[in-house]
Amino acid sequence: MVLNLPQKLLLLNNCFISQLLLPMTYTFLQEYWCFLVCLLGALLVFLMFVQGGQTLICQLGRTEEQRRMLLLATGRKWELTFTTLVTFGGAFFASFPLFYSTSFGGAYWVWMLILLCFVIQAVSYEFMHKRSNLLGKGVYRTFLFLNGVLGPVLVGTAVGTFFFGANFVVNKVNIANAVAPSAISSWTTPWHGLEAVADFRNVLLGLAVLMLARCLAHLYFLNRVSDADLRARGLKMLPWEIAFFLVFFLSFVGCWLSATGFVVSEAVETAGRIVPMEMKFLNVLLDRPELLALLLVGVVLVLVGLLLPIIKSGSRCGIWWAGCGTVLTVLALLLSAGWGFGGVYYPSLADPQSSLTLANSCSSEFTLRVMSVVSLFIPFVLLYIIWAWRALEKRPIDSAELS
Amino acid sequence: MEPIDPSLIDWSRAQFALTAMYHWVFVPLTLGLGLIMCIMESIYVKTGHEFWKGLTRFWMKLFGVNFAVGVATGIILEFEFGTNWSNYSWFVGDIFGAPLAVEGIVAFFLEATFIALMFFGWDKLSRGTHLMSTWMTVLGATLSAWWILVANAWMQFPVGMDFNPETVRNEMVSFAAVALSPVAVMKFLHTVTSAWVLGAVFVVGVSSWYLLRGRHSDFARASIRVASIVGLIAAIATGFTGHQSAVQIARIQPMKLAAAEGLVDGGQGVGLVGVGLLKPGVNWANPQEDPFLFKVEIPRALSILATNDPNGYVPGIRNLLEGGYPGEDGLPALSADQQMAIGKKAIQSLVTYRAAREAGDGAAAKTAEESLRRSFHYMGYGYLNSPEELVPPVAVTFYSFRVMVILGGYFVALFAGLLLLGHRIERVRLIPLGVLLSIPLAYLASEAGWVVAEVGRQPWAIQGLLPNCAAVSRLATSSVQLTFWIFLVLFTVLLLAELCIMLRVVADGPESSSKAPAAE
Repeated sequence: MVLNLPQKLLLLNNCFISQLLLPMTYTFLQEYWCFLVCLLGALLVFLMFVQGGQTLICQLGRTEEQRRMLLLATGRKWELTFTTLVTFGGAFFASFPLFYSTSFGGAYWVWMLILLCFVIQAVSYEFMHKRSNLLGKGVYRTFLFLNGVLGPVLVGTAVGTFFFGANFVVNKVNIANAVAPSAISSWTTPWHGLEAVADFRNVLLGLAVLMLARCLAHLYFLNRVSDADLRARGLKMLPWEIAFFLVFFLSFVGCWLSATGFVVSEAVETAGRIVPMEMKFLNVLLDRPELLALLLVGVVLVLVGLLLPIIKSGSRCGIWWAGCGTVLTVLALLLSAGWGFGGVYYPSLADPQSSLTLANSCSSEFTLRVMSVVSLFIPFVLLYIIWAWRALEKRPIDSAELS
Repeated sequence: MEPIDPSLIDWSRAQFALTAMYHWVFVPLTLGLGLIMCIMESIYVKTGHEFWKGLTRFWMKLFGVNFAVGVATGIILEFEFGTNWSNYSWFVGDIFGAPLAVEGIVAFFLEATFIALMFFGWDKLSRGTHLMSTWMTVLGATLSAWWILVANAWMQFPVGMDFNPETVRNEMVSFAAVALSPVAVMKFLHTVTSAWVLGAVFVVGVSSWYLLRGRHSDFARASIRVASIVGLIAAIATGFTGHQSAVQIARIQPMKLAAAEGLVDGGQGVGLVGVGLLKPGVNWANPQEDPFLFKVEIPRALSILATNDPNGYVPGIRNLLEGGYPGEDGLPALSADQQMAIGKKAIQSLVTYRAAREAGDGAAAKTAEESLRRSFHYMGYGYLNSPEELVPPVAVTFYSFRVMVILGGYFVALFAGLLLLGHRIERVRLIPLGVLLSIPLAYLASEAGWVVAEVGRQPWAIQGLLPNCAAVSRLATSSVQLTFWIFLVLFTVLLLAELCIMLRVVADGPESSSKAPAAE
């Protein structure tokens, strides 16, 4: 049989995808994509120093010049946070479409609020200092403040439902109703996601993320902005910010470790069913020591980064320590939902058997293989981001830079 | 479980259409202006003349204002697939999600990283590195368009997948077939070249305003020259790719073509309606009289457009519903009723398969699966209640198609005229005025193109496989109504803010006062 060029390309492509990564099992691919999505989530939390910075602009900057320096510092990075959020959504859709379908289609209001507060951020940086911007500088700065507060709190609260559950049911056969098709997944409360704030544990996580974002923003400004007055004021505020962060974070960790979660049963009589497990996440950490190590190293790095500028005068590298620590800590937290005991990462409070697991919500093996090939580009992406960051940030921002 | 409220489907469609149409106000300018900016900066790097740097920086300022709102509306669009179309997200997420993820990893980061260098790097990077950053930003935006259009093309022409009754979804079996589908390739070329046309019209329009005001004349002439060359090439390419798209549509979405033409009864050697006025309130599924108040027809042109053959057969709406006309395979085409019956059988086979699997009856499951595979191609028709549902809104599609094509032809003439006339356009004030007034026409043509593509393929979310009524999320209609109005107000305010800023930037003019180099 003679093949034409497109057919040859097709054959080559399919051979490449099926042969490359051949030793990887479907389960491995599911865990790999869980890891990538969690990594994106962890990077997003780190990059939320932009949001934290936005809440500090008026508090930290006393003069217009100082405020503009702070805005310039965060303004060069907001795109990265935004893009990470979009890629997080895209990667979740591609690798775990049932989550996308269930959570986005069900917890409608939480996700809509998150989107709205990111929409107002996207335009504010560009429009704020332009003449004839219709709404005035103050409104755009208010938008940035709202995004700075609501973004981390809402994202944190939504992520809390990965650990403490949400109210939905899933039945894939609903789509096979020719007379009156219904949704395969539906929310069981009329609040469509807003009920997540009724669980104080979700809110604790949201507040912890907000305070972490503010702490990281202080460290970022200490690193990027060259202004003695701002530096002194930032150092004065930082211990209080750290204290608030620790209160919220440690309270959340306490709730998280003691929470009853859901796991896939391995017992003979209930094999494959989703059952509750007391102190699930503590058990996950003990079962997967690599996650425990990741969490401990992450927390230590965060603390080192936060305390460094306080104990070592003139230190500017706290952001890197705390940034790496944030990524590791959040990665460990998120992976604890996906990697332990059957990977019940999105438990349903309404019907535990509807809970989403890595296995029942992921894309097909072929799709995960294809995307795993694409994920080989990620190191190159990281390399050019680092290069661009360094190229732009050769010297700190000062009043001369504003002109 | 309760069935879905029909008004929820309409509101969900309205919200998605609103977001998509607003998003598309900003995206083509990003793509088109971006390319022109790249060319100008390349000339600057090559010649080293500050005049071209000033030109690039001015257009870059407008690019930045526009880009921000494009980003803001784009994020809503991506997440609305999940929030408003949850069944769809699961049914096709295995295929549709992959292009979105690739878009994020490959295109968005490229764009987001280099745009910061492009805006803030003028004094920090070498000329070459800055130029590379500008090209990378525009390449990122264009790659982003590629992947989202791959996803859109798949909805119009689903290929490279297999239905899995176990998971109740379509699963990808060939990435190349999805990413390099001929519909995706043509859609990308048509969309991107049309965006270049819009960018070029924007540049020549704004520059014409300077000529009218007698300000920044060197700047305006140079901009018109570059944009007219880009615009002419792009407009011709848009026409060519548009024709190729029509040939594809005739084959894979004949109802869309019939609606775009208001063609009730097809045949061989069918003429194309150049200009026409439709009668209001026509029952397009079975009109009892001529649906046109008047029409000017180009003989055999539709057959040529659709089949590249002046005697080619083009089915009309009635033919498509009644079937019996010669299909591509030489056999008589199925009627809508027959397709719906097969579709219902496919859905029933899926139910039987699931029940048999649950009961542990392997033989029954296998029989049901085989039956499903034979009838799956028509599964979406099984959700429909009457053949009339297969007819898209004809008037909207018909008029949008004409607006797109006529304006496309006008832009070819516009750019050719500008290049031929050169500096002489300044002698007759009406010419720059006409060019300036062409800016909204470019937006109109661009939006009309998407209206043809999307309204013309109703009622499908996925062509032939999933109608909108089976794709929507189960939400309270009032929730979607509320978010619709929130988005409408928000996007309108943002659009107005953008327009105000752009008008101010244009009124201020370029900062650089360098004169155009004589040699150029």
